[in-house]
Amino acid sequence: MLFPEISPVLSVTQLARYLKALLETDDVLQAVWVRGEISGCKTYASGHCYFTLKDAEAQVPCVFFKHARLRSTAPELRDGMAITASGRISLYERDGKLQLYVEQVEVLGDGALYLRFEQLKARLDAEGLFDPERKRPLPLAPAVIGIVTSLQAAALRDMLRVLRTRYPLAQVILSPSLVQGAEAPAAIAQALDLLNEQGEADVIIVARGGGSIEELWAFNEEIVARAIARSRIPVISGVGHETDTTIADFVADQRASTPTAAATAAVPDIADWLGEIREHQQELAVLIEDCLLRARDDLDRASHELSRQSPRSRLERLQQQLDDTLETLQSEMQHKLALQSERVNGAALRLHSLSPLLTIARGFSVVRRVEDQHVVSSIQHVQPGDELSIQVADGQISARVTTN
Amino acid sequence: MEAVSTLSYEEAFDKLELALVALQDGRLSLERALECYEEGMRLAQHCHDLLQKAELRVQQLRITADGELETEPLDLV
Repeated sequence: MLFPEISPVLSVTQLARYLKALLETDDVLQAVWVRGEISGCKTYASGHCYFTLKDAEAQVPCVFFKHARLRSTAPELRDGMAITASGRISLYERDGKLQLYVEQVEVLGDGALYLRFEQLKARLDAEGLFDPERKRPLPLAPAVIGIVTSLQAAALRDMLRVLRTRYPLAQVILSPSLVQGAEAPAAIAQALDLLNEQGEADVIIVARGGGSIEELWAFNEEIVARAIARSRIPVISGVGHETDTTIADFVADQRASTPTAAATAAVPDIADWLGEIREHQQELAVLIEDCLLRARDDLDRASHELSRQSPRSRLERLQQQLDDTLETLQSEMQHKLALQSERVNGAALRLHSLSPLLTIARGFSVVRRVEDQHVVSSIQHVQPGDELSIQVADGQISARVTTN
Repeated sequence: MEAVSTLSYEEAFDKLELALVALQDGRLSLERALECYEEGMRLAQHCHDLLQKAELRVQQLRITADGELETEPLDLV
């Protein structure tokens, strides 16, 4: 549901332009082929022709302009004609009409041929001949390729050229056949049966170059469809141009748009294989280089280890150890000596500080009896009249005891 | 070991891929690795030669007088 205040509101012109742009940027719709029946055909004085192209369930308006009609080889268009029209789809804004702008027209026949085509197609489809499940996968690298086509046709030369370039490893077995005319359907069927009987082909291409509906008609015949369906060998159909689809195309295991496309689809391209070989060669080179590098690394490590263990290097190592030890020893000795001398200095200082000489310098004196140099430290040590010597800082004083 | 030159393309290419797988295993001895490498290169060259030298063979199917099927070389002008 659109809410006007939320969704943008377009003008009719904008909508029409949008639709037109949408149609004109669609790849399919800009180069489309449509099959149907003409109705309501009207040509105006301008030379432009308008009609409706329809089938059982739908219809599309068409316009065939004068310049396109002049270029076209189709006969005068009239109601009831079954045609294939090619062109592009667009919107004519003025009347809001979707149209197929026709460039080319191919007439499928007065309806009769077209009817037979549609009837056979419906019948075979109902039998399941077109079922995707029936379709067999093509061999990836066929050794033998069977071809059903005319010996004289350019299509054969084109296919051989493609095969020679893409996949010369293969062998081709040609089962020649008429590809147009009254005898063609039976001939094509027989050519297919012969290849199956011979049995060597891994895949079969049924091909015919481009032509009119009548020229390609053999490939719409039931006998050909049945021969393709009963082929034990997978069949690729390559009939006509891109736009032609015959009953053979529907029954085949794979449809290609042209004989050349069929040959391309049948085989791989050895250019790819050559590329793969080259890649493998490069990888071989890279891998062996890795191996060699790894081996060289292992060798380096081993020889390094070896030289580490050699007698000369052991000797050198021991020499080095000796030097280190000597050095340690020397420095330890020096350290010890330093410590010792420090201790001695320390002791000398302490000694010095306790020295009686210092005491004397402070004003105290040492008194001795001259007689025996005995130090007097008590009154008991002296008698009156004893000779004393008093040592002071700067000398000796002689004295005699008077009283104690 | 059969001669490389007698191998078909498929056989040679398969062996080439086996040589690659063997070399990818990092535990090969150097001698074995070199063997794989040389064999691989020989196989690659053989594959290359087979492709370069290949020529499309074209035959035509026909029914003989006895009603047998046979193929004969087709020479297109």
